[in-house]
Amino acid sequence: MNADLVLLALFMGAATYPWRAIPLLVPGIERLPERGVAYLRLVGPAVLAALAAVNVMVALDADRTPSFHIGVEWLAVVLCGGLVAARRSLLLGLALAAGVVAILRGLGLAEVP
Amino acid sequence: MRRDLREDVPALTAPDGAVAAETRHSADLTLRASRRRLVADGLGVIASASGFGLVYGLAARAAGFSPLEASAMSVLVFAGASQFAAVGYVLGGFSWIGVILLTAFINARHFLYAAALAPYLTDRPRPVRAVMAHVLTDEAFALSTAHFRRVGRADLRGYWYAALVTTFIPWNVATLVGVIVGGSIPEPGRLGLDIIFPAAMAGLAIGLITGRRELIAAVVGAVVAVGVSLAWDPAAGIIAGGLLGPVVGLAAPGPRSEHLHPANPVPLGRVVDALVESGLADLDSGGEHAGRGQDRAATGQPPSDQDR
Repeated sequence: MNADLVLLALFMGAATYPWRAIPLLVPGIERLPERGVAYLRLVGPAVLAALAAVNVMVALDADRTPSFHIGVEWLAVVLCGGLVAARRSLLLGLALAAGVVAILRGLGLAEVP
Repeated sequence: MRRDLREDVPALTAPDGAVAAETRHSADLTLRASRRRLVADGLGVIASASGFGLVYGLAARAAGFSPLEASAMSVLVFAGASQFAAVGYVLGGFSWIGVILLTAFINARHFLYAAALAPYLTDRPRPVRAVMAHVLTDEAFALSTAHFRRVGRADLRGYWYAALVTTFIPWNVATLVGVIVGGSIPEPGRLGLDIIFPAAMAGLAIGLITGRRELIAAVVGAVVAVGVSLAWDPAAGIIAGGLLGPVVGLAAPGPRSEHLHPANPVPLGRVVDALVESGLADLDSGGEHAGRGQDRAATGQPPSDQDR
């Protein structure tokens, strides 16, 4: 079995770990001013919304050139978000989102990526 | 006479011990309720991690990765977007240095996650935090930060559930399944599996919206992220959205009184109202949600910026 890329995986892990670890391991975070703590509380909604929006609105071609994407994925994400807000059930929201996309793609009404 | 009065009139306050016990009991109830919510939300994330991991396994197989190589990436890197990018770049014959730099760039957003969780974890042993860091992903952050905010403190069991049970294990199992038996799996896109990740992120973001500032941070974060992604690169867009969204959120005037509890996200109608009336009216108009802020005090949660 080929294992050449295991070393690459190790280097990639080494390039990722500091981002995850430094704020958790460096002392002093507990002495942040109140404004800093308030800022950090807002990071979650901002970055998760950013991830969701970029995933459904930005498409990359083979050269990683970005383009604006409009598709059924928008509807699915909005439906999931609406269900989470209304019923507080992420599982239900995800099932609805995947179901809508699968049905529309199955009917040929939406592109399969 | 005075003694009689003291005996007849019921005490207005319980003895200190009883108050402490009641507070502990209330905190236990909150913790249990929050863990139930965490487990329920985690089921959706398990579906997301499994679907996404399967697609990654399929992509790695198509690029010629062996099961050992694909799994090594999922265990050692454990960051979906950069793993997908690496598959593409390895397939395209890019240099390792380029792949490693790209990985560092794509995963820089984890710094924000770690910084946001760090204030909860300062009293945990450093080796534990070092292990926690390796399994900190988008999903683990989203689930655990919502859980910590609901209970007002860190809950290690909750974190391990969010990081290991809902993400690390399904991701790695699905990677192996994808890379080993991928040929017999129907096209994942037809099943709508590709939508699970963004839908999960959107759903978890909405779960974190407990007031106007969070709402503004989320909307601005999304808009900035898409704009920068189109102008430059999605990885930069996500970081820019994560950095600038909170800045604009903080600049917005906080409500006079925030009674919404993180366990009770803003109902959809109020999200829409807040979008329409952004900056013109407080999210909370009292009445319906009055008293929820007491939950925060009951759980020992420090008042949030909005509470003030």
